Amino acid sequence: MDESAWDGTLSASEFSASAQAFAEKWKLNNPAYPPWTWVKSLKVPIFATIKVEEGYLSLENVCIVKSNDDEVASCVEGEASLCDKEDEESTDSATLVQTSSGNDNAQPYYFDFHIIYSASFRVPVLYFRAYCSDGRSLGLNEIESVLPANSAKVLLESKWTFITQEEHPYLNRPWCKLHPCGSSDWMKLLFQAVEQAMELYLVSWFSVVGPVIGLSIPIQMLKEP
Amino acid sequence: MKEAQEFVWMGAIPLQIHLHESEVTTVPPPPPALILAPRIGYLPLLLPLIKPYFSSTLPPGVDTVWFEYKGLPLKWYIPTGVLFDLLCAEPERPWNLTIHFRGYPSHLLIPCEGEDSVKWNFINSLKEADYIINGNCKNVMHMSQSDQLELWNSVVNANLEAFIRSSSKLKSGTIEDDYASKSSSSSQKSQKMIGEADTSVQTKTGKVPVRLYVWNVSADFGDMEDAPPIDSWDRISYVNRPLEIHREEGKCFTLHDAIKTLLPELFGKKRKPSEGENDEQSFGSEEETKNNRMTEEGEGNLSLPLETVSTADDDPEIKLLRIQGIEPKLETPISWVANHLRHPENFLHVCVYVKIPSAKSL
Repeated sequence: MDESAWDGTLSASEFSASAQAFAEKWKLNNPAYPPWTWVKSLKVPIFATIKVEEGYLSLENVCIVKSNDDEVASCVEGEASLCDKEDEESTDSATLVQTSSGNDNAQPYYFDFHIIYSASFRVPVLYFRAYCSDGRSLGLNEIESVLPANSAKVLLESKWTFITQEEHPYLNRPWCKLHPCGSSDWMKLLFQAVEQAMELYLVSWFSVVGPVIGLSIPIQMLKEP
Repeated sequence: MKEAQEFVWMGAIPLQIHLHESEVTTVPPPPPALILAPRIGYLPLLLPLIKPYFSSTLPPGVDTVWFEYKGLPLKWYIPTGVLFDLLCAEPERPWNLTIHFRGYPSHLLIPCEGEDSVKWNFINSLKEADYIINGNCKNVMHMSQSDQLELWNSVVNANLEAFIRSSSKLKSGTIEDDYASKSSSSSQKSQKMIGEADTSVQTKTGKVPVRLYVWNVSADFGDMEDAPPIDSWDRISYVNRPLEIHREEGKCFTLHDAIKTLLPELFGKKRKPSEGENDEQSFGSEEETKNNRMTEEGEGNLSLPLETVSTADDDPEIKLLRIQGIEPKLETPISWVANHLRHPENFLHVCVYVKIPSAKSL
């Protein structure tokens, strides 16, 4: 690939291939989390034997708890793995919901994450939503309070251009979306720094986007097999 | 160019807006509000005109305004004209809508905090169109806040003069007309528009921002009046894909070609049964599809080369196609349609009713 000419974007089929590679590496290197699944989704009912592959990556029911140290711990029901390993409040599955820090305000929120291809911007876009254990959806304000401190600050400063509430491209419901406008620029930089196969696009992309919503990936994922 | 644009900007829908009965606290109930809504505008922007009709009768509380047509909550970020073209198979004049000031269905609709929400949604769409046309959002990003505001206000007021002034700072580009560019081509082919000579900026990417609203009309109805009402947004397929125009020598890329390109699920070439074994490769490469003369296919999400198996009677059919309230002939060059009928944010919004033979659909 001619690095200098590449604009940082990828095609729909490259996205599908990259999604598969991402899901495989995640499964291998992030066993504490459930795997990302590929959801085949049809925009328009398929007619006859025409074959069209369109879909998105989905990771649901991720539990995120904010402890009193302002560190965001993300975990899965029944299992825990922390973003910041130095956090002494490492909770095991039994104490997760109680939050041993004794902070009454730390309650668990559940997140659903979807990585969806944008045909307009030719980049992946992260959609997410959050809800309480009783199923109630969280508003943008409440979600802000759970995000890592940096993200919350950026969100505050540019309310309309960073994370917005928009309709999910397939599900006809309001979700939160992380704006894709600058993605191709920083993807281009990332790929210039380290030459990589297109298949690793999503892994690199997620290494930047993940921490914004409190999901970091192990460094092993960034290495080519 | 300007004439057609004027018609588009002057287009308006007469609305008769009823307050939902649960919010009427006075006897007799207030009469409906009669409002003329610009096609290129958005319903929440009409609130200052509507509210005076009902403010004295509303129950106490905070306003969370939303509109509804025959039980369907209306998506406020879809231009009014598009909503009308899509939801009224048989145009209803005036269009009877219900307004609510309470009980916002936030599980269905994204929140709307007044004009600001609509403005930012508009600006984001403008950026998206900019990206599609130019490969980057620089034009919109470099507009000053006050220029953006001026542009927005011209839309709110449906003021074309002001819009033209503000948008001159935004190089929106036009699609090169197949015929205008070939100065030596014979005149019988030419469809020169007034002012076509001015539109010299060609889109860098050759892509057109399009938003399709597809309704599969399963029941066969003869008269539009008999069309069943749309009771859920799940029955509409919203397709937000840029249109990639493929030019072939001597051929015109028509509106029909465009729809077929944008809906490969319906109009792509069908596979012969014997090619079933090629199925398992679900992540095809773009290279393959390009090499197979797929002149009708758009942005690549088709995985395999396909062959034509055409059985006309069983094919999906376009029953109705509406843009800006008109039903353009399918043979119209897409360049004309896109350049003249686009909305202020540079998207072409197209409502399509299709009939998919149910026996064959999956």
